[in-house]
Amino acid sequence: MLLVPCPWCGPREEIEFRYGGQAGIAYPADPEALSDEEWADFLFMRDNPKGPFAERWYHVHGCRRWFDAVRDTTTYRFLRSSPPGQGAPS
Amino acid sequence: MTSARLPDGGSLIDRSKPIAFTFDGLEVAAFEGDTVASALLASDVAGGFRSPILGRPRGVFSAGPEEPNAFVEISEPSFEPIVAATMVDVVDGMVVESRPGVGRLRTDEARARRAEHRHAHVELLVVGSGHDGFYEARDAAARGDRVMLVEQHRSIERGAGGDFVAEGVSYLTRATALGLYDDGYATVLERAAGLDRLWHVRAERVILATGAFERSIAFADNDRPGVMLAYASWLYPLEHGVLVGSRTVLFTARANAYGAASNLVAHGGEVPVIADVSGAERDPDLVPDTEVLGGWVVSGTEGDRRLEAVHLEGPGGERRTIECDSLLVSGGWDPNLALWRAIGGGVRFDEGVHAFVPTEGPPWLSVVGAAAGEVWNDTPYWYVPAEDTSRHFVDFQRDQTIADIARAVDGGLRSVEHVKRATYIGTAIDQGRTSGIIAAEVVNARIGQSPGWQGPSNARPPTMPVAYATLAGRFRGDLFDPIRTTPIHPWHVEHGAEFEDVGQWKRPRFFPQAGESMDRAVERECRAVRNAVGAMDASTLGKIDVVGSDAPAFLDRMYTNRMSNLAVGGIRYGLMLGLDGMVLDDGVAMRLAEDRYLVTTTTGGAAVVLDRFEEWLQTEWPDLRVSCTSVTEQWAVVAINGPSARDVVAAVGTDVDLAREAFPFMTFREGEVAGVAARLARVSFSGGLAYELHVAGWHGSLVWGAVMGAGEAFGIEPYGTEAMHVLRAEKGYVIVGQDTDGSVTPADLGMDWIVNPSKGDFIGKRSLRRADLVRPDRKQLVGLLPEDPETVLPEGAQLVLGEAAEVPMALAGHVTSSYRSPALGRSFALAMLEGGHGMHGRTVYSPLRERTVACTVTSPVPYDPEGSRRDG
Repeated sequence: MLLVPCPWCGPREEIEFRYGGQAGIAYPADPEALSDEEWADFLFMRDNPKGPFAERWYHVHGCRRWFDAVRDTTTYRFLRSSPPGQGAPS
Repeated sequence: MTSARLPDGGSLIDRSKPIAFTFDGLEVAAFEGDTVASALLASDVAGGFRSPILGRPRGVFSAGPEEPNAFVEISEPSFEPIVAATMVDVVDGMVVESRPGVGRLRTDEARARRAEHRHAHVELLVVGSGHDGFYEARDAAARGDRVMLVEQHRSIERGAGGDFVAEGVSYLTRATALGLYDDGYATVLERAAGLDRLWHVRAERVILATGAFERSIAFADNDRPGVMLAYASWLYPLEHGVLVGSRTVLFTARANAYGAASNLVAHGGEVPVIADVSGAERDPDLVPDTEVLGGWVVSGTEGDRRLEAVHLEGPGGERRTIECDSLLVSGGWDPNLALWRAIGGGVRFDEGVHAFVPTEGPPWLSVVGAAAGEVWNDTPYWYVPAEDTSRHFVDFQRDQTIADIARAVDGGLRSVEHVKRATYIGTAIDQGRTSGIIAAEVVNARIGQSPGWQGPSNARPPTMPVAYATLAGRFRGDLFDPIRTTPIHPWHVEHGAEFEDVGQWKRPRFFPQAGESMDRAVERECRAVRNAVGAMDASTLGKIDVVGSDAPAFLDRMYTNRMSNLAVGGIRYGLMLGLDGMVLDDGVAMRLAEDRYLVTTTTGGAAVVLDRFEEWLQTEWPDLRVSCTSVTEQWAVVAINGPSARDVVAAVGTDVDLAREAFPFMTFREGEVAGVAARLARVSFSGGLAYELHVAGWHGSLVWGAVMGAGEAFGIEPYGTEAMHVLRAEKGYVIVGQDTDGSVTPADLGMDWIVNPSKGDFIGKRSLRRADLVRPDRKQLVGLLPEDPETVLPEGAQLVLGEAAEVPMALAGHVTSSYRSPALGRSFALAMLEGGHGMHGRTVYSPLRERTVACTVTSPVPYDPEGSRRDG
């Protein structure tokens, strides 16, 4: 079970959190302007890298706040975390 | 005499406290501090076990958790399905039976061990209290760290052999680390007196001082009772004052094991011969009266139910037979790295010590001492080569031999992981501690690879058998999952309601009268609502307070229709979609003020919807000034439904003008009901005249009582979720999650009317144009009338287009809701049917197991489609 670094609460048990998938995927400014393909790309397609991965976490059973984190998908180790949109991890 | 209690000695036993237990019905004497295994050895009945598949006699083989033979079921004082005799302390009056490798389940709860869970946060967790583990723990505690030291035996003295207590170290004895997980998380099972404690430990650093296991050697008939790992013969006299044999042969591949022989002699045993396969030079003074046969091996054993003699074979083929009652075996020592490997630690084969030693692991984890590779093995040796290896036992608990491995390898398997799955070696509850290494080397040799080419298969947590009762701890019965009840719940209980679980909520399903079946009760409740009046506890509805200057704009983005132009005092039904355009939840919004709405959700969807609001507000639209609060439990809701609903509310007493024109449908009023502040809402989930009374939770019971009292004159009946389902289905009102399944769009439900494409963007809007979502042959909501009006289709039943279609047949849809309707006087159903909107009037078929039911497709609103009953 991971120890998840909530930027507000500090390290907490994984069971307090909900995983939110890849970070940094903004909701399109004008979805109507997108082709079906572009919309499907936004809706369904996500990266699946080996190594550092920017992802969203939700401290649902804690402070109930969302944040971004970078985690290494090969070691599961968190490299850093930050409030959403603040110096979005890359 | 063979094995026996010595006249003195035994650091763990208290000879002033004799106790007794029964083993397979036989009374066995013991001392306090004995393990079941040591007591059996002391009474010379340690050979009373059987192998699980072949039924061969087996005896105690070890003095620790690697024990592959001596498994017992304990029925008194508390039940344990299966546990190694080497790991259980005897208590007076204990009842144990031998279990050949497979446990049994008992259902008599009363005798299950009590169990609880505890949590600990420490800087350092040390697993194993030997010298290395102890010093690490002591030094860390001296630095001010919180330290936990876990020792699987009863005392921390076993490894350390002295007064090893250090300030600031929390000791857990009789405790086994079951598993290590990411970021220093460990589960530890502590077997306290009469109580199992499952510890959840989060440690900054973990040090494994798990020591090493003595390696067995495979040879013909190596499983006979009396054959034992050499170290055990040294430990039993020391700890329990028990000599394991009167006349003993030692078969070893390493010089250190000679100490086992001299130790036996010192305790009065006889050791006529040592067969030392390494053939190395020895100090003759170590075992002066023992004949050392360098380069010799044990080629077989004799004995009926126990060892009587061993056959020895010399390097030149010479043969000798020695009579003896015990045979000690030592192939060497292998670091105990099960926990290390399971969390991703690496190993390599060390040519110097002929064993697998740790390499790289997680940064928070380290290994010390014997587990880290501080072992001394003279010769790489695992088994005695022979032509017939069909009785060279490798895994005692699976009765698997070298010949069995050879068969798997010759069948094409090369990986130990595959051989494991073909032979089951290593899959028993000892996790292959005495067999894994041997099996790997048998495979390596068989496929022409050198020793260490591949190591033993991986063992997974838990390292020891754990009862489910222990994993459950106190989270059983009422504590298994939180139970949520409404403020009105006691009334329901008092009035004999049958409950159903809706999420964590207990909701009355129906209120049976004496001797009444569910069907009868539901029919009566439905009639009351359609013909007179009924009341339902709707308090479980999810309720979210949405407040802020941007609340109107925010709700416009979350719902498919417009909420911003709803007048204060107005109520509007809303549908919420996922980004993929699928229906996610529904409910109503009440506009309490310009900047404030009360949004209701389905009972099961409350948390989902609130989380969703939070997600969008926090991650996409942090600029919106909106705040959301769950108020589900702050409001009790009484729904009053039926032609007399208005009369009942009036009779309860209210200052709100209930007149039809003054208080129209889909509006609410603030006022008093039964003397308490209330919000009265004219919403209906039955299609008939209805009021919801929203009152503070603590007034719920009072108002419910007032409604039931005032309603008596009008024939009011309480009704449950079952009648509610029938009533709403008669009107074609869907239940999200019952009639929908995450693949249903508003158009599929025929609810285009609630999708407002002109208001700007909302969640899911763009998806509704995707090609797949506008196909005309999508499954669409329809009503079904079975040809036989008495037939109630099972929910989930499939629909096909032809009456006598051949198997396999093309499925055209499925039934989502199905009831008998008292109002219609017949059965009906809602269904999702391919192209259903264009099929009204057609006949479809539901092929059930016994018969095929023909149904007419109709509109999904079979009752009062004009809505003439809405205003009473």
